[in-house]
Amino acid sequence: MNIIVCVKQVPDTTEVRLDPVKGTLIRDGVPSIMNPDDKAGLEAALKLKDESGAHVIVLSMGPRQADDVLREALAMGADEAYLITDPAFSGADTWATSSTLAGAISKLDFDLIITGRQAIDGDTAQVGPEIAEHLQIPHISYCEYFKIEGDEVIVKRQFEDRYQILRAKLPALITALDEMNEPRYMTPGGIFDAYREKEVSVWSRVDVPVEDENIGLKGSPTRVVKTNPKMLKQPGTTIETGVDEAVQFLVDKLKEKYIL
Amino acid sequence: MQIKEKSVFVFAEQVDNRITPVTFELIGKARELAEQLDNQVVALLLGFKVGNLVDELIEYGAQSIVLADHIELEHYRTEPYTQMITQVIEKYNPEIVLVGATSIGRDLAPRVAGRVHTGLTADCTVLEIEEETNKFLMTRPAFGGNLLATIVCPTHRPAMATVRPGVMIKREPEKNATAEVINFDGTITSNKMFTTIDEVLKKGLSKHDIQDARIIVAGGRGMKTVEGFGLLKELADVLGGEVGSSRAAVDAGLQDKSKQVGQTGKTVRPNLYIACGISGAIQHLAGMEESDFIIAINSDPTAPIFHVADVGIVGDALKIVPKLTEAIRGERGV
Repeated sequence: MNIIVCVKQVPDTTEVRLDPVKGTLIRDGVPSIMNPDDKAGLEAALKLKDESGAHVIVLSMGPRQADDVLREALAMGADEAYLITDPAFSGADTWATSSTLAGAISKLDFDLIITGRQAIDGDTAQVGPEIAEHLQIPHISYCEYFKIEGDEVIVKRQFEDRYQILRAKLPALITALDEMNEPRYMTPGGIFDAYREKEVSVWSRVDVPVEDENIGLKGSPTRVVKTNPKMLKQPGTTIETGVDEAVQFLVDKLKEKYIL
Repeated sequence: MQIKEKSVFVFAEQVDNRITPVTFELIGKARELAEQLDNQVVALLLGFKVGNLVDELIEYGAQSIVLADHIELEHYRTEPYTQMITQVIEKYNPEIVLVGATSIGRDLAPRVAGRVHTGLTADCTVLEIEEETNKFLMTRPAFGGNLLATIVCPTHRPAMATVRPGVMIKREPEKNATAEVINFDGTITSNKMFTTIDEVLKKGLSKHDIQDARIIVAGGRGMKTVEGFGLLKELADVLGGEVGSSRAAVDAGLQDKSKQVGQTGKTVRPNLYIACGISGAIQHLAGMEESDFIIAINSDPTAPIFHVADVGIVGDALKIVPKLTEAIRGERGV
């Protein structure tokens, strides 16, 4: 059983703060991490490795620094790692990103692909399903739990008000939710192996079978035309006082607004 | 009447023969866009025996309906829905396709965009037509809600977007509105991408959705315990509102995920939002800062929640909330 896990290196957006005076992003010192949904997907794959000897391959598309998250995945227990990196791939939207990843994946043997539901920097949740579409395999997104039975994957799929228990024939792709599990930590031995014993294979443009018109900025149907830091509105009145005064103040405000 | 080319399509999501509310919000926004493009809004309704739902779509502003009624569409599954929508897009060549950013919409839209080879912008909060150029501008929060990115789809059609529920404004329903309903006779072919539904497990949720609430009393980790949230429920009850939650409180097991407000939860814009013991991570603010009137109660005077609050109280919500409930009861004489 071969499992491919797609992982993305992302800035830890929960560590980003807004400068309250200038209203700009404070990005300095924001650490890069493995995207949480992807890490849950990796943990699920590693559990299958522990239980039934699955072979776990991690794949990342990104700049050279994304080597860090692949080493982390190796240190957690992944068997093989591929970094898809080339200036020709940069500027890709979800369509071009997924066609590139699908091209890379098509060179590997796999039964199951796991991606995170979404990355915390882009929050699109589109790359997983679009990879499946490019590969013409089924996908099940919002996976909270799954198991393999014979030639099928059985998934507990989350909706707003319900779950579905769904089955798909392998090979298939699932997108993992971070509430699926608690990812393991790297072990000292694992870290040693990740840097000394194991390798990250680097694939550039020539290594990925995909058409020029389907990669990078040129292959992207969408374009970002501008980005603005989100402006916070003008703060109102804040008071620091005793409990009774505070309650009276709130009651007065609610009356002023005709809520009472 | 035929459906014009380049019209604005809205995917009318229905579950168990009920239209998902975001659909009406999308129709409302689509009407504005279509007016500027001098075109019309078409609602695309998929399901099995769902013809009874077209009236509601027309009341809320759909100007034509494409109805694909097929037994394979009875319960949502990605592949049959994708096959049907792809055929509709190929036949009618819409300019824009809007889909609710629900857990169905965010599963379906990328599959469709992948198949018809077009651009898809996720989770938009602003949609507009640029005046001089007629370009369709799609704006969405990125970077954990810290940035707003505006995106275009210059050459591929249709331009597709999923849209956050609770952000766009639905129209007042018009009882006498009429529209043409076209029964679309598409084909669905079983293939290896089909999935099978073994079981459906409904979550036992309260039927009150916080997105419909006019008043929300929300709590964060500062409420400390389930009992702390009980105090919020009492305040919400006396105000006729609902209880909401920060992600931290959901993660701590104090509230159900369905009550979560924010970037990975729900976007709300009630008349009154009372944030109790919520520090105000940017991801939370993204989901509630459009509320008409915001009250924040937090013991930390530097908490970011005070930046968006109209009224802030520095103090312990666990002490203030029960007294506030009591005072409001007194005012109302109950």
